[in-house]
Amino acid sequence: MAAHDLKEGQAIDGFRLDSALDPGGMANFWRVSRTNAAAGGAERGEFPMVMKVPLLRRGEDPITIVGFEVEQMILARLSGRHVPRFVAAGDFERPYIVMEFVCGRSLKGLLEKTPLPPDEVATLGAKIAFALHDIHRQHVTHLDLKPSNVILRDDGEAVLIDFGLSRHDQLPDLIAEEFEGAVGTGPYIAPEQVLGDRGDPRSDIFSLGVILYFLATGERPFGEPQREAEWRRRLWRDPQPPRWWNTKVPPWLQEIILRCLEIDPDGRYASAAQLAFDLQHPTEVLLTRRAERRTRDGLGTVAMRWFRARKAPLRRCKSVARQLSRAPIIMAAVDLSAEAEPLADALATAVGRLLATEPDARVTCVNVLKMARLALDPLEDAEGRNPHLQRLIELKHWARRLTVAGDRTTYHVFESTDPAGAIIEYARNIQVDHIVIGARGSSTLRRYLGSVSAQVVAEAPCTVTVVRVPHQGHRSEAA
Amino acid sequence: MRIALFADIHGNREALTACLDHAGRSRIDRHVFLGDYIGYGADPVFAVETVMAYVEGGAVALLGNHDAAALEPDPGMSDLAFAAMEWTRNKLSSAHLAFIKGLPLSGEESGRLYVHANAYAPGAWEYVTGPHAASKCLMATRAQETFCGHTHVPMLFHMSVTGKVASFEPADRVDIPLTARRRWLAVIGSVGQPRDHNPAACYAILDATRSTLTYIRVPYDVDAAARKIRDAGLPLALSYRLAQGY
Repeated sequence: MAAHDLKEGQAIDGFRLDSALDPGGMANFWRVSRTNAAAGGAERGEFPMVMKVPLLRRGEDPITIVGFEVEQMILARLSGRHVPRFVAAGDFERPYIVMEFVCGRSLKGLLEKTPLPPDEVATLGAKIAFALHDIHRQHVTHLDLKPSNVILRDDGEAVLIDFGLSRHDQLPDLIAEEFEGAVGTGPYIAPEQVLGDRGDPRSDIFSLGVILYFLATGERPFGEPQREAEWRRRLWRDPQPPRWWNTKVPPWLQEIILRCLEIDPDGRYASAAQLAFDLQHPTEVLLTRRAERRTRDGLGTVAMRWFRARKAPLRRCKSVARQLSRAPIIMAAVDLSAEAEPLADALATAVGRLLATEPDARVTCVNVLKMARLALDPLEDAEGRNPHLQRLIELKHWARRLTVAGDRTTYHVFESTDPAGAIIEYARNIQVDHIVIGARGSSTLRRYLGSVSAQVVAEAPCTVTVVRVPHQGHRSEAA
Repeated sequence: MRIALFADIHGNREALTACLDHAGRSRIDRHVFLGDYIGYGADPVFAVETVMAYVEGGAVALLGNHDAAALEPDPGMSDLAFAAMEWTRNKLSSAHLAFIKGLPLSGEESGRLYVHANAYAPGAWEYVTGPHAASKCLMATRAQETFCGHTHVPMLFHMSVTGKVASFEPADRVDIPLTARRRWLAVIGSVGQPRDHNPAACYAILDATRSTLTYIRVPYDVDAAARKIRDAGLPLALSYRLAQGY
């Protein structure tokens, strides 16, 4: 079955070709429906579908063939809102993939409107970062992230497409085995990918940095190099800082973008969720010299990097799962009331232990100011103090005993009538991996009313550690 | 169609029982035994009789080098294997030996080749340990998928349309799609004496309908199997290596 022989109305393996879509560089696309579909499919949870048929001509670039094979393998293994749903794949004689037709617009369309306002760049960036984190959690690195491979659903969620150059941690890496050297797209490929490393999720973070740079400035940080030899340049030459092009880029956004574009993956965000966190909390971004830069590195620094890059060895892939497990987001839910002081101590010890074992962890300290009724409580107490600010000061004071670097800790005080609900919702929004929360004693009253920690344990979308202070009575018995 | 593949049982009753139990809960339509039912372990009779019963029910079973050595001593074997085989041979009845004698070196069905050691010289017992031997093996058959044992190390080789061969270490319980555009050589790890530093028994399930292969590690009572080897007076090294998976 050659891609160009297909005709409208034709049926293939139970799918009818309804209409041709714009062809891509390596494949044709058809809207399809099931030949046996009854009316009212949408109500039964059916969704629009597209068939991707590779253009396999004689003498075709083998990357088309292998890339299609890789996409068949990987897309079938992915699930969730951030990838098109896989439906079916054809065999050797009839290669195709049928998948969900994602209703939305391509990120590519937004490039004409660049530069975009900073808050819009951050919102889009966080959506894409969450989509990346979702596939990283499923053992997949995309390795060809670029605007044409991102679709924004009508509800704003980002969907990643085209997994032809991707790698799955637990499946054979067909691309690496077929091609020596770098495989990717010139403007977006990460430095370590240029050196042949195909296992690092932080390569996707670099490519997202290129996208953010483009959205914020209207310029590509590394231009549009076509030849592989030109790709190597990014191993030593850093891009102009975004503010050099567009002075409206705020320091926090420049900090985020340049951190994504660090040459050494260890200098970047350790996970896409941590990047999304900063994009969602501009005021919490720890500004470094990156935020202030007005121009590129001097020739001396670049020459030194060039000298080192010449001898850079071909790096071996590491596992996506291992990188993610060392970079969790940990939430410390802190009770700051006076009677909970011993508990706050125990909580700090528990969080400190987690931070000691996971070098790239971030911790977000959360306290909930319980309101009787939302928005009707006074903003100041009887002495004219702002209780919100007071809590924030106390929270930062509590976190001093964690002794972690500043850029790894952030602080949030929420006002809510439902403390457990607020903690759970925030954990879900920023994709927390681990909540550490204290539980006060187990009085009869508490058993009847239910405790905050019990509700968090029952409903949180992640691991929860409950910290208790040993009962005084037990201690004296032991003594 | 789901096919369970077992290789290198080597008289390990505890490991074989654990794998068969697991397969029994996995909707299996067909059992394929890739040879080496005996040698090393203390329960050769149980292993042979279990395989005999499955064959009576329609299962495929092939001849391995240790099985062949029960019929005729193999001077090429290591000292340990040779000593264990001398012990094993005395445990088997003429009915067991007759069953072994009737086993084929390879089998083929629906584009799949089953063989104990390799496809290029099944009776010479060379090992497929790297891409070079794998390439030789893949060149020797037209089958799209080849399944073998013999090395005791689970490994998946594949050859692209351009003839490049690469290897892959399969992870436990991950469905690997055997795509139609390349040819595959699956070395199934060992049920009864794994040698990849993981003591858990290994077998695999091929889902021929979905074209996926899944390697499965099954923990079993290693201590009991090792104790029986010691009690039988077999070389001590054969009991120690079970716990280390080497």
